Order: sequence, then C-alpha cells, then structure tokens
Amino acid sequence: MWWKILTGLLIGTVVVLVFLMPPPQKELGDISRIFFFHVPVAWVTVLAFLVAMVNSILYLSRKDLVYDLQAAISSQLGFLFAILATVSGAIFAKNAWGSYWNWDPRETSVFILLLIYGAYLALRSAIEMEDRKANLSAVYSILAFITVPFLVFVVPRVFQSLHPTDSIVNSQIKIQMPPLVLLVFLSSLLGFSLLFVWIYNLEVKVTILHKKIKGSSTIK
Amino acid sequence: MISLEVKSLAKSFGFRKVFEGINFSLGEKESLVITGKNGSGKSTLLKILAGLLRPSKGKVNVNLDSQIKNRGERRKLISFASPDLSLYDELTALENLEFLAKVQGLDFKPDELNKKLDEVGLKGRGEDQVLSYSSGMKQRLKYVFALLNDPQILLLDEPGSNLDEPGLFLLDNIIAEQKKRGILVLATNDKREIKYGDKILNLDQPGFSFIS
Amino acid sequence: MGTKSSTWTSRVSALFLKDFKSELRTRYSLDALVMFAVITLTVVSFSIGMFSLSSKIKSSLFWIVIFFSAMSGLAQVFIKEEEAKTSTLLKLVASPESIFAGKLLYNLVLLLFLEIIIVPLFVIMLGFSILNFWLFLCVLVLGSLGLVCSTTIIAAIVAKASVKGALFAVLSFPILLPLLVTVISGTNLASEGASFSQGLRDLQILFSYTVVMFVASFLLFDFVWEE
Repeated sequence: MWWKILTGLLIGTVVVLVFLMPPPQKELGDISRIFFFHVPVAWVTVLAFLVAMVNSILYLSRKDLVYDLQAAISSQLGFLFAILATVSGAIFAKNAWGSYWNWDPRETSVFILLLIYGAYLALRSAIEMEDRKANLSAVYSILAFITVPFLVFVVPRVFQSLHPTDSIVNSQIKIQMPPLVLLVFLSSLLGFSLLFVWIYNLEVKVTILHKKIKGSSTIK
Repeated sequence: MISLEVKSLAKSFGFRKVFEGINFSLGEKESLVITGKNGSGKSTLLKILAGLLRPSKGKVNVNLDSQIKNRGERRKLISFASPDLSLYDELTALENLEFLAKVQGLDFKPDELNKKLDEVGLKGRGEDQVLSYSSGMKQRLKYVFALLNDPQILLLDEPGSNLDEPGLFLLDNIIAEQKKRGILVLATNDKREIKYGDKILNLDQPGFSFIS
Repeated sequence: MGTKSSTWTSRVSALFLKDFKSELRTRYSLDALVMFAVITLTVVSFSIGMFSLSSKIKSSLFWIVIFFSAMSGLAQVFIKEEEAKTSTLLKLVASPESIFAGKLLYNLVLLLFLEIIIVPLFVIMLGFSILNFWLFLCVLVLGSLGLVCSTTIIAAIVAKASVKGALFAVLSFPILLPLLVTVISGTNLASEGASFSQGLRDLQILFSYTVVMFVASFLLFDFVWEE
C-alpha cells in the first residue's frame, strides 16, 4: 500500500515542480519541460519490453499461463507507453528541430519498438487456442528481443542523431544537470516506473478474476 | 522388455480441462482399449502417448529393459495411425513410404516397400499419387507406414474407420501380430473393436475403472 | 526389415528432397515467388522511367524487391504442412531439429534461386552497376542466409495462426530491419566499387546477425513445433 501512496506523491510533486521551476534548458525554453515526461515514458516502454520478455521465457520454461497473461499485459502497456513516447517526442522535435519527425536514431528505435509491440499484439489476436497463442507469442517476443542489440549498432549508422546526447541540449541536461533538475528527473523516472508496476499488477489481477468468472479455473 | 507407464495424466487446452488423473501401466503383450463418448479425450490421450501433444500434468514413461527412454528414442519405438493423420497427397504411395522410412533412418529397397503394399492389398497402386486414393486405401497405406519400424508400441485411433470387410480382416491380423510383438493401445467406440483389449479404460466413468 | 544406417544429414536431405519433389509437382510457392519478383521489378522499372537513380536508392529498391518476394513465398514451407494436415506425420517421424534444418535449407535454396533470376533482371532493367562483384556476392549470400534464418521460424509461427493474411510480413519486418539496413548499405558499397575492407563492417554485422538468429531459431523452434 505504501508504495502506491509514494507513487501518487512522487508524480504529484513532479508535475508541480516541473511547471514551477525554471525550464531546464534556457535556449529551448518552456518546451524543454517535456523532458521530465518524455524520458520516463520512453524508459517505461523499454522496461515493459523487458518484463514481457522475462515473462515469455518463464512461460516457455514453466508452461504456466499466468506468465503468458503477464507478458501480454506488459506488452499492451508497453504499446501504450510507446505511443506516448512517440507523440511527446514528436511535439518536442517540432519545437526544437522544426519538424515532427526526423528519423533520429532514438525516434527510430522507439518507432521500431512500436512496430514490434504491434506485431506481437497482431500475432496474439490471430491465434485462438490459448496455449498455442501463449507458446507462439512467447517465442516471437524472445526473437524480437534478440534483434534489439543489432538495432543499437545499426540504426545510428543510417540516421544522424539530433538527440540531446551529442548536440543542441547536451550541456545542460545530460551530465551537468543541476541538483534540483536531477532530483526531479529521477523522481519522475521512479514515479513512472512505479505507475507502470501499479497498472500492470491491477491489470493482471483483473484479467485473472475475469477468467475465473468465465468458469475456467486452471489459474490459481 | 517394453512397458508403458502413465502417471496422473491431465490435459487441458488453455483454460478448458479435457481429462485428469489418468493412471495405468502396460507391459509386453498387453493391450488397452480406450473408450468414451465424443469429446471425452480419446484421441487427445492417444496423441499424448504418441508424443504429439504435451500433457498439462503427469507423465508418460516408455521403458525398454527398465530404462526410461527420451523423446528421440521413443519416436523409434512407437507408431501411431489415425484418421486425422494425412499423408502427402502430391506424392505417390511409394514416395511417401520412401520418405517416411528415410527420415526415420530406416533403409528399405523399393522392392521391399512394394511387397509391403501388396500385403495390405494395394498391389500395383504404389506409383499412383495418394491424391487418387480412396479413404480406405489411405487407411491401409497408413498401416504400412505405422508398421515400417516394427513398433514396440502401436497406437491406433478408430482403427476400423473407412475399412471394408477385407480391410477389417487385415486389421485383425495386424492387431494379432502386434499383441505378440509388444504393446497395443487403441481408441474406439466400435463395439466390435472393444474385444481387442485385455484392459479397457472408459473416459466417461469417474475414476477410470478397469474392466479386465 | 530396415537397417539403421542413415545419419542426421541424410535425414535432413530426405526432408529437403521431399519438399523439393512436392514443389516441382504442385508449384506451391515457386511460381508465385518468381512472378511476384518479376511484377515488382516491372513496377519499379516503369515508375522510374527515364530518371537516373543513385546507387543507394537502387540498392534499397533491390532489397525491397527481395524482401517482398520472400514474404510472398517463404512461409509456404510450413503453411503447406499445416494446410495439408501433414505436420502430425512429420512430428511422428522426425526430430524438430532435423525438420527445421530441412525447411531452412529448402527456403535458402528457394531464395538463392529467386536471386539468380532477380539479379540479372535488376541489372538490365534498372541499369544497376556492380563494381565490386565479389563483395556484392558476399553481402547477397550472407544476407540471404540471415533472412532465411529469421523468416523460417516466423513461417513456423505464422503457419499455426488461424488468421494468416499479412501476418508473415508484419512479424518479419521488425526482426529483419537490422539485416535490411545492413545489406542495403553493403550492396550500395559494392555497387560503388568499394573495397572489401570498407565493406568489412557490414559483413561482420551480417555474419553475427546470421549466427545469432540461426542459434536462436534452432533453440526456439522446438517450442513452436511441439504443443
């Protein structure tokens, strides 16, 4: 229970602070405040992908449908967060670099994650039998995860980076973040991660209850 | 000595339970008939024994000379024939058998395979595509396939389906042979076929009682 | 009574030859594959007309044609078994590893055959020049190997889905993306006459991708195949 209160407090404080304190990046002004939401959301996209993959491996080794359910829910949430990350990124890009979409390596990476999530969910909806669905989507999720390291190598070679690491906004917000900005950023990161865990747990409980009501009782 | 052991076997498809708590064990020269109404899981049970489906719970052990055999070794000991099983339509009967033998690591000359076809009454039809076969002929061809590896354990699902009188006579011989060689398990609802079993497993009755 | 003589390779070759024989008799995937490639090539060639394109764009078009042709044909190896309900028979007689190896080999041969047709056509219809032919060949062969390793397991997945439609392409694309980006860059280099040492990095990425996908798909195939 305590961590749910903490999540509420964290996100509440972050929202207030983000708008009260001076913008983290002076040249960009107010638009740079989106950084406190955009980065944590993108982080949760990756976190959800990881959770889905771990659950997929657990399913394949233990054959318990609960893991499949968790993998599916994590992917659904990941998909949602990937959309949020893409949209918030695009808003920032329009203001900072002049166009909504630039095929910057990280935009591309999030976009590919979006594609993988989409493909995973499309696969799930194309299979009717529960355990077959679980098996095949677990395999796909692992396959997709394996290709990610290659993307990290390959994508930056094709597209020039506009992202904060090595250009425009670098100096202020990356390594030399002022203590307050760093604190708010880390709180936001933690808050969003906890929010993900919260929604994830709720969804898992609800889905299991739903299955029980429908009269199938193989899940404890 | 071959033996087949089934311990507290259960199968569910997703969240739907098919059966649970199935136990039996069969030794050499023993035979079992599985009965039960449609949807009771006869074919599913047979497929699990054949290694085609994974059980949700429980175990199937195949022991040869009191050694438990793994999946690969099991494949060599067990044969399975069922109306669900399809052969390659676009290939001829001989090509089907040649492929099925080679892929199992069995070496047969075309003459030997032709002889096997003669024995089940498919003389002179070896060069025809399976496409042109009637369902009874396909069933006969499946028996040739199932007996290719002289199986220690033979699993038959609805063995008499699609067979005419001579076909049923042939089946009678195959079953008699198998009872001498090893273990026979067959799933059926046909009253004439229940007589083939030393033991009967009825999937409809709670507790799965044996009638010997 | 048969004697147990054959090795793993002879079992895999039995599987390969079975598919090959079926293919020649039914033309399940070959005709569609070749026609698809020719049609897309024609469309590309028509839409370009008299424009002259950079070798970078030509390399991209080349792999787009191969990608979509592959998508139209390579899933058939498993779909065919599921549709004809012969996959049960296969499960009874062969180990998952040998089945996967047979299918992989078959798809590879199919794709290489397709490329033998596409490459000359592409050179003729689009004036595609290949200045470093050996580099091009290495990229093509390694790229095809990698492509087949990832798509064959996805074909096995798609074959078990009840709604197939465009699923094969949808599932394959994100997984093939690193490969596609690399082969396009490698083909571009070869087309411009770059040396082997310049193309080495692409070849390294292709090689490691292929090895990783090969191992992963062999390990995972068991889970797709067995139920």
